[in-house]
Order: sequence, then structure tokens, then C-alpha cells
Amino acid sequence: MVALSDKLTDKKAWNPWPPTRNGGILLLLILYPFIASPFWIVQIGAQTFFLGLVALSLMLLAGLGGMVSLAQLTIAGIAGYMWAIFGESTAPISLHLPWYLVLPISLAIAVVFATLIGAISVRTEGIYTIMITLAIGVGFANFANQNYAIFNGFNGFAGLSPPPIFGVDWREPMPFYYLALAVAGLAYFGVVYFRRSTFGLTLQAVRDNPRRMETLGFHVAAHRILAYALAGFLAALGGIFIVWFNGRISPGSIGLGSMIDILVIAVLGGLRHPIGPFIGALVFVLLDNFAIDLIDRERFNTVIGAAFLLVVLISPDGLLGLWDRLKRSLAKGRDESGSGGFKP
Amino acid sequence: MNTLSRRILLAGAAATLSLGVAGGTASAEDTIKIGVLATLEGAFTVLGEDSMRGADLAFEQAGYMAGGKKLEIIKGSSDASPDSALKAARKLVEDDKVDILLGPLSGSEGLAMRDYAKTQPQTTFINGTSAAQDTTLRDAAPNFFRFSTDGVQWQAGLGTYAFENKGYKSAVVIAEDYSFPYSQVQGFMLEFCKLGGTVPEKFWVPIGNKDYSTIVASIPDEVDAIYVALGGADAVNFLSQYQQAGGDKPMIGGSITVDQSVMGSQARLGKEYLVGTPSAGPIADAWDNADWKAFVAAYQKQFPDGFPSPSLFAHGYYIGAEAIIAGLNEVQGNLSGGQAEFRDALMNLKLKTPTGMVTLDENRQAIADIFLTELREGADGNLYNEVIKVIPQVNQTMGEPREEFLKLGPVSRTNPECP
Amino acid sequence: MTANARYMVWAFVGLLVIGIVAAGAASMDVRAGRDVRLFLLTFLNGLTLAGLYFVVASGFTLVFGLMRNVNLAHGAIALLGAYIGYDVANWAGNWFVGVAAGFLATAVFGLALQTLVMRRMEGDEMRQTLVTIGISIVMADLMLAFWSGTTYQYEVPEFLFGATPMPWVKVYNSYRLFVLLIAVIIGVALWLFLNRTAVGMMIRAGVDDRAMLSATGVNVQLVFALTFAIGAGLAGLGGVIGGSFLSIAPGEDVRYLLASLVVVIVGGMGSITGAAIGALLIGMAEQFGLAYSRTYGVVYTYVIMVVVLALRPEGIMGKRG
Repeated sequence: MVALSDKLTDKKAWNPWPPTRNGGILLLLILYPFIASPFWIVQIGAQTFFLGLVALSLMLLAGLGGMVSLAQLTIAGIAGYMWAIFGESTAPISLHLPWYLVLPISLAIAVVFATLIGAISVRTEGIYTIMITLAIGVGFANFANQNYAIFNGFNGFAGLSPPPIFGVDWREPMPFYYLALAVAGLAYFGVVYFRRSTFGLTLQAVRDNPRRMETLGFHVAAHRILAYALAGFLAALGGIFIVWFNGRISPGSIGLGSMIDILVIAVLGGLRHPIGPFIGALVFVLLDNFAIDLIDRERFNTVIGAAFLLVVLISPDGLLGLWDRLKRSLAKGRDESGSGGFKP
Repeated sequence: MNTLSRRILLAGAAATLSLGVAGGTASAEDTIKIGVLATLEGAFTVLGEDSMRGADLAFEQAGYMAGGKKLEIIKGSSDASPDSALKAARKLVEDDKVDILLGPLSGSEGLAMRDYAKTQPQTTFINGTSAAQDTTLRDAAPNFFRFSTDGVQWQAGLGTYAFENKGYKSAVVIAEDYSFPYSQVQGFMLEFCKLGGTVPEKFWVPIGNKDYSTIVASIPDEVDAIYVALGGADAVNFLSQYQQAGGDKPMIGGSITVDQSVMGSQARLGKEYLVGTPSAGPIADAWDNADWKAFVAAYQKQFPDGFPSPSLFAHGYYIGAEAIIAGLNEVQGNLSGGQAEFRDALMNLKLKTPTGMVTLDENRQAIADIFLTELREGADGNLYNEVIKVIPQVNQTMGEPREEFLKLGPVSRTNPECP
Repeated sequence: MTANARYMVWAFVGLLVIGIVAAGAASMDVRAGRDVRLFLLTFLNGLTLAGLYFVVASGFTLVFGLMRNVNLAHGAIALLGAYIGYDVANWAGNWFVGVAAGFLATAVFGLALQTLVMRRMEGDEMRQTLVTIGISIVMADLMLAFWSGTTYQYEVPEFLFGATPMPWVKVYNSYRLFVLLIAVIIGVALWLFLNRTAVGMMIRAGVDDRAMLSATGVNVQLVFALTFAIGAGLAGLGGVIGGSFLSIAPGEDVRYLLASLVVVIVGGMGSITGAAIGALLIGMAEQFGLAYSRTYGVVYTYVIMVVVLALRPEGIMGKRG
């Protein structure tokens, strides 16, 4: 275990830019919509951002807090459901409130729910978290499936779309892309700087040695629950984008398969740096869309499962860690693995 | 680096390279791109594969030509969830730029596709086998055509037959708790209740429940029959548990309750009990009709590894593909002008199918024949569905005036009722 | 556990059971006539379903208790056992051979999983759990490829098929009674194995203090491998006996996994008694839910789970810390 003092005086701050140190990436991301087709702008580009955003919330919890939650997609789904319930949809039970009320209400309810999940799962030890959040997520999806009064049951809600703010149609590929890019970018830099904040440092210390932090007078459970709330906010933002993108939400959207997808994305990319979830999301989205052209679509799950398995077995830091190792071994001519990495 | 990760990276790189190309190309003048979307992943893979067989058969028979143009087929896959269907449809429509999309397979996918169709007016959408009523009944999309019938239509004639010929005056409903069974139950109850039959209780079983023993114990003694709208593993579980518990109420079957996937399962379902069970649906395996037999023979010849006889999924996609081919022939492959001429032709098609004539109503919904069947034991000891009656040209409002029918409201757990 | 704590636990279980039964009884006066019979049948259904859940969950809790390994491939292993058992039973023409094959095949699979994969990342519990998720994704897809989406159901021996005469309820499904019997036998056998044999004592010692166990010179790896094999074998066994009355189809893996998770979270991780209590609560909740409140029946199990977590985070029989 890395000593606490080492962590706190860690001079090697995260480079907020991706490990390639290529600042031009931002430029590329901004120029991308001018060279790509609408499909590539939205289904590949924007989707990478908001799936990455949900996975980023897991990275915040797992990478910095050591708590692997499977319910991040559930929180995203709750935000999406609230958007549908309080706002506009084709279902008669929607309340049709204006968007400037619906947005804060949706985010707030999702964050409250995230806090509750946190409060339930931090009372048990780390390894239980994954089980408990899995059960909570599936339980919620089942509930939404059976409840017609609030969640419109199996059918869920359709006809969801971003509101026309500033006279812009945000459903159009370019505005939607830039909105997703902006929000994901803010969240990304937010997490980068969060890690250096007092709370961020305390959270990492809690991850590494909860007992010592308890003795030092820190309220360990409170810190963890707060981390759930913060991560819940990021997931909720992602959830709003998901329903804008799909135009609909139903219990199937928040089922076990989708929950696992988020975990796969986060772990595939790497939990060590906030760019990891976005790399994972890009790989996942590309595979999801083009596996049918490259390999037999029927075995998509085998491919994605095997990729996930290999990454976990070979490189606990995900593709990001692989990349780092490859670079280092190219530079030094030998492999020098063993970075601190993901220690729950 | 391990090979697989490398392959993934390479795949990503390859996909990125194709970015510019994918963006700009329009379909060549003499080729028409058709996307076919079915469930090739998840629990419904087997059904999706049979759907693809149906579509393939139709295109194959046409020599991949229609209206003087070459047909290019691009396949897409979903896992039966509306989200995955949307994802695959977006790729086919927006990236592959198909002119016509055939699919999807299941009900809630169809609703999502209808909504998506509204945002893509340049593409024509032809339904596969999705059978949710609202896809075309309420809030229909102008470019979404359904040449297959819906879950309500599938039950035409069943309520009448159960009441008049079988003499059942009351029945309880046992069905899964979601939209497709709601439709089936409405189709049955419309006729059954109108004649004076009663349905004192409906057992909506939550999706995913496999243990039916408590449902079985709850079935009241004082009804004449049980109406069961369950499919696949659920039907198998219910039937075997019902018989083990000594249940002897005669059954009335939904369209997928006593189909070949259930009869073909390796379960002890009790032949004596099942014989005499009526059901209704868009096809009947054992129908003694030249067109149908020719279709079955062609299917069997083309796909030796397929089902013994085409499923209703192969049938639905076959009809959809036939409609596309007939429509294209009608307009000599002319899709210009926002496909207006082609869509006009589809609207006015009198499509001759293996299961009789199919035409569309003003909402672009099929009017077609429905088959009322009863389970019989064949000479070889196997069970088969014998055709009792062909209900001719059933429309979406089950013969009611549209206004009257719409007044019934959307189907749900509590609609319709006749206790 | 102190006498006081034990008293608390049983009071808690008692309250939950009384709550469920009372809820059932309260809704009874609405209906008349068939109610007593329905109530008893539902009780029996809950009891026998609990038997199945216990068999599956006991393997899960055994592995976790000793190795802190949350094996999320447990459901996939159960389904694998069911498929293999089915094929073997068909081939041999004997159901009992299928049961044995289901158990043995998955036990060997578990043994391989422990020695080839889990052992490499010992102590890194989170990584082990992630690996099991990856394995379950791949397994589910390969099983779908191999056995397709068809529904299978075993031919159970004639004497187990049909109904057994019972007082009050007239007849009851013979096979379900048999499942209950198997569950009781397995429960007793596990208890005897853990409490009366040398290996069992080692396992129990390992549950309490792994480091101390290896310090005493015991080959911990062997104990681990054996435990994992038994745990996986129990999953496979559960798959076979469950598949004989609930049929086998894709998606069953998730059902077995979730049932095991909830049972074990409620009952307390690592405790066989806890698994029994948890299985009873969940089985009863499911069946009474189906009988008296169908709409939300599927949600009750999760409600019970959250209530238990709120009151006793370590589960009913779990150990603190």
C-alpha cells in the first residue's frame, strides 16, 4: 500500500491533457464536426462524450474513492426518467413543466438518489459495494417496469428531446455535439482539479487507509457519501444526454446489460486518469457500431467480454495503462510496469 | 500488447479512416440500398436469424433485382431492446445511407422505430414483425409501412370460436405483464366479451418470473377455461407446472403460446391435455394451401439448417421484403422526389403473399387474413395446429368503425375489462 | 456471536416473517373460499423455491466467506451446469446421471477457474470480481452460441413427476418436495462437512483468519481450490435441479446470480445459516408477492434487501467488520 505521505506529497500531478501530451487533441475535437458526417458527429462523437461522462462518474468513485458502483447508470437513468416525467413526452402522465425547472429537478433527484445509494453501501466494506449497487440497480429497473403511475411501466417514455434554448435546435448534430463536448470537457477538467482539491486528497487518503483517516478525526463515511453525491451529479448529466440522444427511456434502458456496459467502458479505458473513461467509451462505441462489419455481430458480447477480461487480466490500468507501458518500454527498451494504479 | 487489444485499436483506426468516405458517398444510380434489422443478439437470436432467412428468401427469389435496379442488402442487429434497435437503425440510415429499412422484430422496438422514422423523412421504413398496436394506430409516421398484422389482429376469431364452438362462458387470463400480451388479450376479449363471455380475473405475471406454481394455485375453480398468452420458456414452465399441479381447465392459446418453439421444446407438456387447444395467428404451419406450401418448400430448400417450417418471423420479414420488391417494380426503381412515387405504390399494393392478399389501410397498416387453428395429434404422434378457419381480411380495428375502436383507448392491464 | 446478538437476529427474522405472513393474511379476507388452500400452497411454493435458492446461494457464500471472492460468474456457472447436465442426462437416459454431471462439470470448471485465474490475483479482490464479470459475459454469449436460445426442460424420473397427496392442500408437486429434501440434505451435509471434518475445520479457520491458517502449515491453496470447486459445483447442481422445474433458457444465469446476491446480502456474507435464512425470506417474499400483490411482487425481494442493509449492513447472520 502506498504510504499516505507519499500520496499527499505526490509531485507527479496529473497532466490534464491525455498521456500523449498532444494538446492538439482539443483542436481536433473542436474541428471534428466539420470533417465528419452527422452519423459520426452524433452516434460516435457525442455518444462517446456522454457515455464517457457516466463512466467518468464511476472513475471518480472507483479510481479516487475505491468504491466500484454498478449503479452509476441507474443514477443516470433516474435523471433521464425525471426529465421525461416532469418535462415533455408523448406519455399522458408527463407534467410538461418548463425545461429550466425540469433540468434542476432531474439533476437534484438523481443526486439525492445517488446519496442514498452511497449511504446504504458505504456502511459495508468495499467488496460488498459492487454487489449491493448491482442489486439496487436491478431492483430499480424492475420497479420502473412494474410501475405505470410514475414510470409508465414497460413502455416508458418517448418523444424526449433537448429544449430549444437560445433559439438553437439542440437536436441538430453540431449543436448537440458541442454541447456534449462542453459538458464532458467541463466534467473532465473538473475531475482533474478535484483530485488536487482538499476534498479530493482526503478522499484518496480515505481510499488508501480508511482506518488511519478515521483515527485522524476524519469522518470517513461522510466523505464517501459526498463522493457518491458528486459522482451522481456527473452521472445525472450523462443521463440527461442519454435520453436526449435516444429520445426515449424505458426499463430496458437501465437494465443489467447497460449497467455492466458502463463498468466495461470505465475499466477498458482505465480508472487511473479521467481520460480513461472517454477512451473506453470511444472504443466501446466503435465496437458497438462496427463489430457487425468486422466480425459476426452475433458474438459481439464475446468480443467485448473478452476484451474486458484481457484488460483486467493484463493491464489493471486499462488501455491507458497499456499505452503508458508501451511508451515506456519503447523509450527504455524494457517494460517497467507496476504503477500505483487502481487499488480499491 | 495483446493481440486482441491491438485488433480493437486497429479496428478503431480502420473505422476512423473510413470516416471521410462514409460521410460523402451517395448511393450509386443503379443500386438501391436496403437495410434489414433483426435481433441477432441476446435471447431472441434464434428468432432474428429466422427473420433474416425470410428476408433473404424474398430477395434471393427476386435475384437481388427490383424495378431494374440492383438491390444491396446491409444487415443490422439489435438485442430486442428499443435502444439497441435505434442504435442499429441510425447506423443503417445515417451512415450506410440505406434507402429503405426493413425491421424491427419486436413490439417496443417498432414503437421506437416509428418515432425515429419521423425524423428521417428521406427513408422509407417497412416493419418486420413488430406487432404493437400503437405503432400504426395512434400517431402513425407517414413513412412507416406495416405489411404485417398486429397483436390484436392476430387473435381475430378466437374469442368467437371459444365462446360459440367450445362453449366457454368464462375464462381467466394468464399473460406476461407488458404491451404485447395486453394487445393479444384485447384481441381475444373484444369478441369473447361482446358475445357475453366473462373474464373474472387477469393474472399479469411480471416479466422474468419463471415460477408459475403460485399463479397456478390462484386460478379459480369456477371458470370454464384459461386464456394463456405466454411465449417460449414461460409457456413451457406454465404448462408443465399447471399439469403437475393437476390443473385440468381447457386452454385457449395466444399466438405464440402453442407455436413450434414451445411444442418443440424438450419438455413433458402432456399431449392429452394440449389436444383441442384453439389459438389464432398470422400463419398456420399445416395450412393446406398451394401458395403456403410453395413458400414452405422454398424455405426448406433454401435453408436446410432452418426451422422445420418458417416461423411467423420469417413470414413477416418475407412479406415485408416482397412488398419492397413489388413497390420498386411498380415504379421502375424510381426513388426520386423523396420516394413519393414509391410510397404511393406501396399504399396501393395488392400484395399476393403465401398467406393471402395483403393491402394497407390509410395509416399504412396491413389488412390481412388470420388463421384460427386447433391443436391436433398427427398420424406420427406429433402435435400440429390444424386450420379451423381462415378469417378473411382482418383490419386493425377488428371490423369496428375507426372512431368507435379508438374510443376503447390504449390497451393496458385494466383495458379491456369484462368481469 | 453473543447470546444477545443472536437473540436480536432471530427477533429480526421473526418480525420479517410475521410481517410477510400478516400481509398475506390481511389481504385474505378480500377473497373467500379457496384462501386457506392458496395460502398453504403459496407457503409451500415459497419453501420449495427457497430450497433451490439455498442450494445456489450456499456455494456463493461459501466461496466468499473463505476467499473474499465475489464470484459474479456464479449464475453463469449454474446455467452451464444446467446445460451440461441436460445433455448428459439425455445421453445417459438417466436424470440422476445428469445431476451428477452438472455438479462435477462445474466443480472442475471452478477448480480450473481458481487455480488458473483467481490464484494469480490473490488478495486483489476487486480485480477478481471484475474478472468474474468478464467471464460471465463471455460464458453467457458462448452458451447462447452453443445451446442456442431454445428452452430445455429435463425429463425428471417418473416417481418425481406429478403430484403427492398432502393434507389440507389435497395434492402438491412431488418434484418441488424433492427439491426441498435436496436442499435440507445439502444444508446438513455442508454443516457436517464444515464442522466435523478436518478440511471443513480448515475452511472455517480460513474464514476467520487466513494468515493464521497458512501459518499453521496448511496448504491454503489446496483448501481454496477445493472450496471454489465445491462452490461452483453447488451452483451447477442448483442449475440442474432448478432447470428441472423452471426450465433452462438464456437469461437464467442472471436470475440465479441475482437470487444468490440478494439471498447472501440479506442472510450475511459467508454464513451458511445466513444463506438458509436469506433464501427463506426471499423465496417467501417472491411467492407471497405473486399470490397477493402480483404487480410489485418482484420488487419485494429488493425492498427486504434494502431494509436489512439499513438495519444490519452485514446481513442477518453476517459478522461485523
